[in-house]
Parts: sequence; C-alpha cells; structure tokens
Amino acid sequence: MQWDIVIGLEIHVQLATRTKIFSGSSTAYGAEPNTQANAVDLAMPGTLPVPNENAFRYAVMFGLAVNAEIERRSVFERKNYFYPDLPKGYQTTQLERPIVGPGFVDIDLPNGETKRVRIHHAHLEEDAGKSLHEDFHGMTGVDLNRAGTPLIEVVTEPDMNNADEAVAFARKLHGIVTSLGICDGDMSQGSMRFDVNISLKPKGSDTLGTRTETKNLNSFRFMEQAIAHEVERQMDILEDGGEIVQETRLYNGDRDESRSMRTKEEANDYRYFPCPDLLPVVLDEAFIEEARNSLPELPDARKARFQEQYGLNDYDAGLLAGDSKLATFFEETVTHGKDAKLSANWLLGEFSARLNAEERSVADSPISGEQLGALVTRIADNTVSSAGAKKVFEALWTGENDDVDAIIDAKGLKQVSDTGELEKMVDEVLAGMPDQVAQYQNEEDPKKRKKMLGGFMGPLMKASKGQGNPKLFNEILQKKLGG
Amino acid sequence: MHNKSVADLSRELASGTISSVELTRQFLDRIRQEDEKYNSFITVTEEQALADAKAADEQRAAGNATPWTGIPFAHKDIFCTNGVRTTCGSKMLENFVPPYDATVTANFRQAGAVCLGKTNMDEFAMGSSNESSHFGAVTNPWGERRVPGGSSGGSAAAVAARLVPAATATDTGGSIRQPAALCGVTGLKPTYGRVSRYGMIAFASSLDQGGTIARTAEDNAMMLNVMAGFDPKDSTSIDREVPDYTATLNEPVKGLTIGLPKEYFSDQLSPAMEEQVRNAIREYEKLGATVKEVSLPNAKLAIAAYYVIAPAEASANLSRFDGVRYGYRCEDPKDLMDLYTRTRAEGFGEEVKRRILVGTYALSAGYFDAYYLKAQKVRRLIQQDFISAFKEVDVLMSPVSPSPAFVQGEKNTDPVTMYLEDVFTIAVNLAGVPAMSVPAGFVDGLPVGLQIIGDYFSEARLLNAAHQFQQVTDWHQREPQ
Repeated sequence: MQWDIVIGLEIHVQLATRTKIFSGSSTAYGAEPNTQANAVDLAMPGTLPVPNENAFRYAVMFGLAVNAEIERRSVFERKNYFYPDLPKGYQTTQLERPIVGPGFVDIDLPNGETKRVRIHHAHLEEDAGKSLHEDFHGMTGVDLNRAGTPLIEVVTEPDMNNADEAVAFARKLHGIVTSLGICDGDMSQGSMRFDVNISLKPKGSDTLGTRTETKNLNSFRFMEQAIAHEVERQMDILEDGGEIVQETRLYNGDRDESRSMRTKEEANDYRYFPCPDLLPVVLDEAFIEEARNSLPELPDARKARFQEQYGLNDYDAGLLAGDSKLATFFEETVTHGKDAKLSANWLLGEFSARLNAEERSVADSPISGEQLGALVTRIADNTVSSAGAKKVFEALWTGENDDVDAIIDAKGLKQVSDTGELEKMVDEVLAGMPDQVAQYQNEEDPKKRKKMLGGFMGPLMKASKGQGNPKLFNEILQKKLGG
Repeated sequence: MHNKSVADLSRELASGTISSVELTRQFLDRIRQEDEKYNSFITVTEEQALADAKAADEQRAAGNATPWTGIPFAHKDIFCTNGVRTTCGSKMLENFVPPYDATVTANFRQAGAVCLGKTNMDEFAMGSSNESSHFGAVTNPWGERRVPGGSSGGSAAAVAARLVPAATATDTGGSIRQPAALCGVTGLKPTYGRVSRYGMIAFASSLDQGGTIARTAEDNAMMLNVMAGFDPKDSTSIDREVPDYTATLNEPVKGLTIGLPKEYFSDQLSPAMEEQVRNAIREYEKLGATVKEVSLPNAKLAIAAYYVIAPAEASANLSRFDGVRYGYRCEDPKDLMDLYTRTRAEGFGEEVKRRILVGTYALSAGYFDAYYLKAQKVRRLIQQDFISAFKEVDVLMSPVSPSPAFVQGEKNTDPVTMYLEDVFTIAVNLAGVPAMSVPAGFVDGLPVGLQIIGDYFSEARLLNAAHQFQQVTDWHQREPQ
C-alpha cells in the first residue's frame, strides 16, 4: 500500500532576553545549578510573577516575521501538573488567546520548488527547570536555572509531507529567529527544541490517521532520523493490520530507537484557567509599530539581495542567507575578498565542511571573515593556487599564523604567474618529453587529449617547485602543443 | 498604655513620656501573661522586637521619626517576614522561614514599626472561625469558647484583648470584616489592588487583599497610609496616588447618602442583630446622612460563585506545596508519587484539602464551563450590581455576619453552615470594592459589626464615615472582661 505522510511541528524557541519571563534572574546558560533561581523562580510562598516586556517585544517581532496576526489582548493561563522541575505546580502559558495568531512561512525544497507551511499560532510561556537523574545515587536532582526562561512555542498546521520538508521548515525557522536576534539558535543547549507530530494515511485519502508526537528533538539530523524512524514504525504497524496508538514518544538519536512516554489515556487533565496573578497583556499599536520598525533583514529578503547584489545562484544564496551568522560571515568575507562567487564557494565548501567536522558553529570559527576574505583575494589575483590556498586555510584554522600573506610567504606558496618565465619552463619540460608530445599530437579524441595534458602538469609543477600557476601552465601548454 | 490607640501611642512616643523599648516590653508582657487564654499568636518575636524598638528609639533621637516609629503591632502569619518563620496556619509551613519580606512587611519595617510576632489564622486563610489552624483554635476575648471569626481570628482577638494596638490581616471572602465584627474591633478590606500582595501567601489571588485591624478607624487609616500603594512586584496592584487617609477623617458626614441593600436585611439575619445594625444607621441619620433602600439583585449568587472561583484558584496556588523545595516533607517517600501524595495528605488540614478537591473538580475537563466560566459570569453581574448601586448612593451599609460569635465546634462539622457566615461579606470580594467592619453594639454581650461598603478606591470616605460614627459612639472602646 502507498502512504501519505502528514507532519506538523511544535517548536520551542528560547527567547534571548537577559532575564526571565516573570522574574529578574539571569537566563545565561551553563551556570552552577540553582544559582540563577530567585524566590519567584523557586515558587516561594507569596511570590508573584512580573512580566518581562522584552519577551512580548520578541514574540511580536516573531509574529510579524512569519506574517501572523498579533493578538492585541493576550491572556496567560495556568497549565496544572506536578513535576519536581515545575516549581509552582503549574506552567504559566497561553491557550485561548496566544500572542501570535495564524501566519505562514515559505520554504525552499531541494527540488527547487517553494512550499507554504501555515503557522497555527505561537504562544508565550515559561520553560521548566531540569531534572537530573545521574550522579544522585538513585535520587533525582533538580536544577531550576532554566525555570522561567521565556519561550515561544510555535505550532504549525500539518502541512509537511516528508522529512526533507520538515527539516527545511525547521532550518527556515531557525534562520528567522536567529536573524531577528530573539533566539541564539544554539540547539545543543536546547535553545530550540522540536516536537514532531506524524501520522500516515492511505495515499490520496482525505482522512488523517492517528498521530504520534515525538518530543524534544534538538538537532536537524535527529529530527530527520526520528521522522524516518517513526514513519517506518507506523508503516510496519499499519501494513500488519495494526492500529496506531495516539501517544507521546521519546526518540534516542544515539541508538535510533524510540519508546512510548505516555498514551492519550495517561495524559494529564491540565485544568487550564486564566492566571489571576497576571493581567491580560494589552499591546497598543505603537508597541507593535515599534517592533515592526525594529525588524532586521529576514532570510527571504536577504536571499533576494544576495542574488541581486552578489550575483549568487538561487541555491547558494538560499544557503548563505538562511543562517544569519553565516550570512554575516559571508558579507564580511566579501568585503575583504571582493570575489563573491569565490567567497560563497569557500564558505559553503571548505569552511562549512570544517565546521561540521569539528561540530562547531559559525560563531566558534577560529578564523574571521576578514581573514577568509584576504585569502579569497589572493586566490582571485592568482597569488596562490587553490591547492596552495587550502594550505593557507589550514594554517589560519589551526592558528599557526593569522596573516594570509605571511603564511603564503613563509610556506613559499606564491604562484609564479610571469608568463615569460612559465613559457621557458614549458619549453624545457616539453623538450625533455618528445614521445609524449608526439603521442598527444597524434591523438584525435579531445577527451583523451585533455587527460594527456594532465601528464605534463606533474613535471611542470615539479620544475616550478610547485609555484607555477596551473591555470597559466595549462593555457601555455595548449598553445604550444597546438590546441 | 495597652488601652491606647496607635494615634495616642504615637503622640506619647513623640512627647517622650515613654520609649518604644518600654512600650514594647509592656505589650510583650501582656502577650506572655494573657495569650495563653486566646492563642492569638503563633510566633512571638520578643528578641527581634526589643532590638527593633531600640533602633526605633535611636531613630527618634536622631530626629527621623514617622508616625509609626516605635509602635508595637503584629502581622497575620500570612505575610512573609524575612528571617521569621511564616506558617500560614499550616503544618505544611510549620518550619518555613522566608528569606524575604512581603511588601507590606517591608513597608512597616521602613516606617519604623515594631513587630511583636505573627498572629494565628485559619490554615491558608480558609475558614471563618479560626478553628482550621494547625496551631490550635483562637478564643474570642468576649466569650469563653466563642470563636473569634476567621480567617484573621488571631489579629482580631489580639487587638480586642489589647495585646497589640493594631495587626495586619487579609480578606478573601470576609476574613478581615467578620473577625473584626465578632471581636468588636475595626477592620478594613481595601479595594483589590490597593495593597500589594507580594509576599502575602496566596489563597485565591483574584480575591485576596491585605488590610487592617485596629480598634479605631483612625488607626486603620494610619495603617493604610503605610500599606497602600503600587508595587512593581505585584502586577495586579494599581498605580494610583495614595492619599493621606488621616487627612479627611474629620469631614462631616452630613449629606452622605447611605444605601441599604435589601438582600442583606433578609431573614438570614437575626432580629436582635438587625436591631443593632439599624440603630447604628440611625446614628448616621442623626449626623445628617440620608438613607435609602437599594438592591444587589445578584448578591444571593455570591456564595455559590465564590466557592467555585476561590477553590479553583487555591487548587493551583497550593500546588507549590509539594515537599520538593521547602516546607513539610513526608518521611521516607518511596517514589515521587508517594512524596507528593503523602506530603500533601499529611501537610494539609481537612478544610484545605476539601477546597483543593472542590477547585480541582471545578477546573476539570468537562466541568470547567459549567462551574468556573459560569461563576466568572456571575462575578461580572455582581460587579455590575455594585457599580449600579454606587450611581445612586455614596456608601452601602449592612450587617457583617448573620449572628454574633458562635461557640467553638458549633459550625465546623458542616462546611456549608460555616460558608454561610460570609453571606454578607463575599460579594464585596467578588466585586473588588473596599469595605469596613465597625463595632456597632452588642447582642447577648457579644459584639455586632456594621459593614460599610464603598465604591472602588473610596477608602478615605469609608474611614471618614467610620471615624465620625466613632466620635458619637463608644462601642469600639468597650473592653472585654
């Protein structure tokens, strides 16, 4: 049987406010447990929440960036359940009147098409603390540093039909919130966490199947794997004539396994009701306009500008513009490197590969856009060959030296581009290889000729001690050998 | 000195006839000698009080005295006091020492007042007789085995027994006015939002309001001067100018229009009580006020609406008492669920558990619309009733309670009978308007209270009306024997 896959996402985005949503504690990540939790965060008796205006500003900016309606009068509610890392015994969140109403995001698919994913709503809420189950000898530790960190939870319509689309949407959203500067986007620290709702239905059917929710995926790769895993699991069950149980599942990315966390029957009755400690949040037009005016350039606009301003192709422009830090790095590189296409190639090639290999983010790159730009300049003006440039890149990355020209000098990577000198070398080498020259000139097949031309390059590079400009050698060779 | 009002003591301290340390000693001695009979204090902070009194005397010597500098008083044990245990009348918080002050506590500290201790109360302010306290019932100084009312029973009894001249209190459904009435003292529940709730342990957040208990209206005004005002730590407190509440006490009440809600002079009220209340209103007529009957047509729905909304909010507010971070924790929990269930089963008393259950039920899926939403609609109708009434009259007057202080054990076996104690006071909380209880006579040797209800933020007018009454009556000066 053929199946349609239906995917909807819920994304928790930690807002990059300095302080918590309802208290003055710092939101900084990585402090000693419970050093960033004050009396309000600990839910000490009698303490009360005081809303952080910046959290509202960020939520409104997000709403405007995803073409959504902004709720002028949103309401906080209490979601009641007991858990040790939920100090008040309820989470302050929004249900009936979330701050961000329906909107949409357009995503680029690998096949070059564009798809619209609708956003159902996004609401403001507080994060919980963390329960730590290791190192406590069979007991559980509670760290409340994260408790009260502002979140927006973005809920999409079930508009995605495969893992590629879901990941494209996730990346797009990541690009939007980081471009807005409302989230640091660091998924390894939980700044963005994805819940994936998946169901299958017979191909072409109008009726949605029973869905499962896979929670707390904190990387694009895990998300892709988790979707593949869950689709396969559901397909196996359905094809064996079984039924999908509506449930929440946890995915273990290291083992590519998932297990049930709770079924619908075990779900809590959260007994939502409006929080009497907080007045409805009334946003006036001036506040919304101010947020609108403070919107920075967003990925879609940036992509268009990159195509226009730098002549990049659709694909490269989309990749570079999608991640705000990469985009900034790119523009820094171009400023110092002049050649935009070459800059883009290096960023999306060598640079990205190296970051991925070392699991670093752009922000942690050991080299700057200025340095990479300087290197691009030297490639463009033929000072170094691309092979030489890789050696320079390596030296920059490892911190051996931080100046491109100094590295070129020290390593003797400067190309000889003086055509007179190069012609002399070509003449000398060809004179020493008469058989090969004759063979070449007798060959009719252009493909084979091209390959044979490579046979002269080795001796040429050797003759030039690796410093001859390969491109020029190539041109001279072709001229001397007759096309 | 123990019969003097706060205003008098303030003058005595200013004139130097007595020091704060001497005054504080006298009241501490009275508490030590007398409170065994009443049990009105949960905690007495003798050492701290004497140190504060000494500091107050030094403050005065330095020429920096406020009207409250060196005045002894007490806090209801619902207001968090930095470094002093705050129990809320519950086993759950028997050993809880807050590391912060409530805003009300901080305000009195700032004014130089000397806190002698924390007064007894119904557990988590849930009760009308002070019998639900984990620290034992409080006895009304006016009658052996009589309840002082609740939940601020300790504050009202302590003031009536002259153990302190004034005490803070809170009122969610009548918890200031009813005990003030039953103990023959004067109490004020301000407009919702007038006094910060920060550090005041929550029962029902949309109804809770901190207020005052003292013997005279003037002392209530002095207390409110310290307590009222916007607090950035409480987003439901209201940013509105605070007048000097003592400045308008002496205005004449001539021309005041008094409304008598007919629903509050019903057959729930005993004839003897009604007579006392009507006599009091006649005093106002003698002072030149006019009286007319008005209607609060939805008042009869107040108790039903209240007993959905208040428990609903309480059920969430009390979830934080889970044995994880502070407060009572059961012995040797075998797992998380055991920790929760036993901690809460052992830590909360019967009435608190009953209200948590009622509130949890009212908010549950399938019942929410029928109970919680319906009650909120009733609440808006009741607010509308008051708004309409205040278009016709300046204040409303009524009894505070249907009967005087009852005997301990008489009503606590049937919760509904107990809930009816608040039949005249609860609508005020649902509407959020201010109201006072003023001593207005006696029935069978037990005090009767007159309730004066005002429009939003009309505390100055209420205090003025009560003060003028107290210039021509002496009910508030009567001392229990």
